[in-house]
Amino acid sequence: MAKVLMKGNEAIALAAIKGGVDAFYGYPITPQNEVPEYLSKHLLDAGKVFLQAESEVSAINMVYGAAGAGKRVMTSSSSPGIALKQEGISYIAGAELPCLIVSVMRGGPGLGSIQPSQGDYYQATRGGGNGDYHLIVFAPESIQETIDVIKESFDIADYYRNPVMVLVDGLIGQMMESVDFDRPVKERFLPEKDWATTGTKNHPGRRNVANSLYLDPQALEQHNIHLNEKYKLIKKNETRFELINFDNPEYIIVAYGTMARIARSAIEMLKKEGIEVSMIRPISLFPYPEIAFDKIPENVKGILTCELSMGQMLDDVLIANNGRHKVGFFGRAGGMLPDPEEIVDAIKNFNERVVK
Amino acid sequence: MDAKNIKVAGFGGQGVMMFGQILAYSATKDNINGLWFPSYGPETRGGTANCSVIVSDKQINSPVFKNADHLVAFNLPSLVKFEEHMAENGLILYNSSSIDDQKSKENVLVVGVPINDIANELGNIKVANMVMMGAYLQLTKLFSDETIEAIIKKILGERKADLVEINKQAIIAGKEYVKKLGVKYA
Repeated sequence: MAKVLMKGNEAIALAAIKGGVDAFYGYPITPQNEVPEYLSKHLLDAGKVFLQAESEVSAINMVYGAAGAGKRVMTSSSSPGIALKQEGISYIAGAELPCLIVSVMRGGPGLGSIQPSQGDYYQATRGGGNGDYHLIVFAPESIQETIDVIKESFDIADYYRNPVMVLVDGLIGQMMESVDFDRPVKERFLPEKDWATTGTKNHPGRRNVANSLYLDPQALEQHNIHLNEKYKLIKKNETRFELINFDNPEYIIVAYGTMARIARSAIEMLKKEGIEVSMIRPISLFPYPEIAFDKIPENVKGILTCELSMGQMLDDVLIANNGRHKVGFFGRAGGMLPDPEEIVDAIKNFNERVVK
Repeated sequence: MDAKNIKVAGFGGQGVMMFGQILAYSATKDNINGLWFPSYGPETRGGTANCSVIVSDKQINSPVFKNADHLVAFNLPSLVKFEEHMAENGLILYNSSSIDDQKSKENVLVVGVPINDIANELGNIKVANMVMMGAYLQLTKLFSDETIEAIIKKILGERKADLVEINKQAIIAGKEYVKKLGVKYA
């Protein structure tokens, strides 16, 4: 198909339809409102379920229920809305149910602003919900990559019986780009959902229960161990990253999402000045691509982490770097976007940026 | 073609966002890459609306740029705000119906078009932005008449199909005005 120009939020919605979504439950919040707006028409036209709930808490529990019934189900929200959904997200992860959660980040904390931000890295990767759980978190850098990963995310969620979060900043939601919806999706063998609570007439002699409560500590520990084994498998199979301009670099930039796009331009500008800089661009934030840091040449002068926050992914960079190189940080927050020249300056003045 | 970073700015209601979107739609139709985003940040306060557009036959990297190759200014506050952030060999196109005459700068061509007056002569002030589009295309040669016409038809749809003709006339009028000025850019 020829490319079309589409707004990020609408592209998220259409990609979800292409990915086979059966039901959407959500509650409005800027800057992601075009996702439910688009689905409220096109999902209903396709004979599927669209429901605007009375609150975020209600919406995520509807997701829990519909996922338990074996349907392909999603919600989308933005920072404070995702915060409200955390209890339900933890329950869904505990009950091992597949779903897609789209998080379009805005400035924070609290109500913050409606401008783009990456201040919810911790929220996505460390969990705002309780307990030993992980989401599979993808952070695409463009509308095209967002489409590709959303089309695939229902398969990934079903395969691992785990919620997938697609984490973008508000800029990706609000901008328009030329995109192609027909790029191929990796084929996966998906087992039948024999665990789904579809009624005993559909699974005679077997009682299916969606539950996250284990009163017996031995049983819960076994469940925790089982989940941990699953997360290890996810780390082995689903770690995604891109290495950019990885040819004898002086410095390494680590950035994701919109910040990675801005850094790409900074790297080109620096190249013209004879300064070679490479980038590690994490695409999966959980699992974090620690393995990419093993590819950094020994003689680099340092690693600059760039984020639209005051430094959150920085923690994962420090863990992955494991003391091998100097690590610096450049960030803008509150909805402010840097131009590439600011990253160029940060590289040139790397020593002022060093945090460890 | 090198990537073109384009800033379009004016008052809300002057068709600024639509001007930018038409460029991004045209790029997509011509099978190159287009990117559009509305203004974010504190600059949205104070009544001006602006959008950034990038068109390129290569992958578009940063959606954010410091210096524009082309600035299309529909009002004075927009011109004042963005004229200092121009790339080498840039083009500033401004609305001379509401902005006093401006001189060209070193390495930046500055062209005024009385878009409100021309649109009023055509009988519809709402097509002032398409007068500007005609002038812009005459100077930059970015997109063909066929491409732009197809996009305008698509945006107006069947419901507003009767407005296609006046928009086409506005584009022609903008082109003619620049031809008569005799300035050349691309």
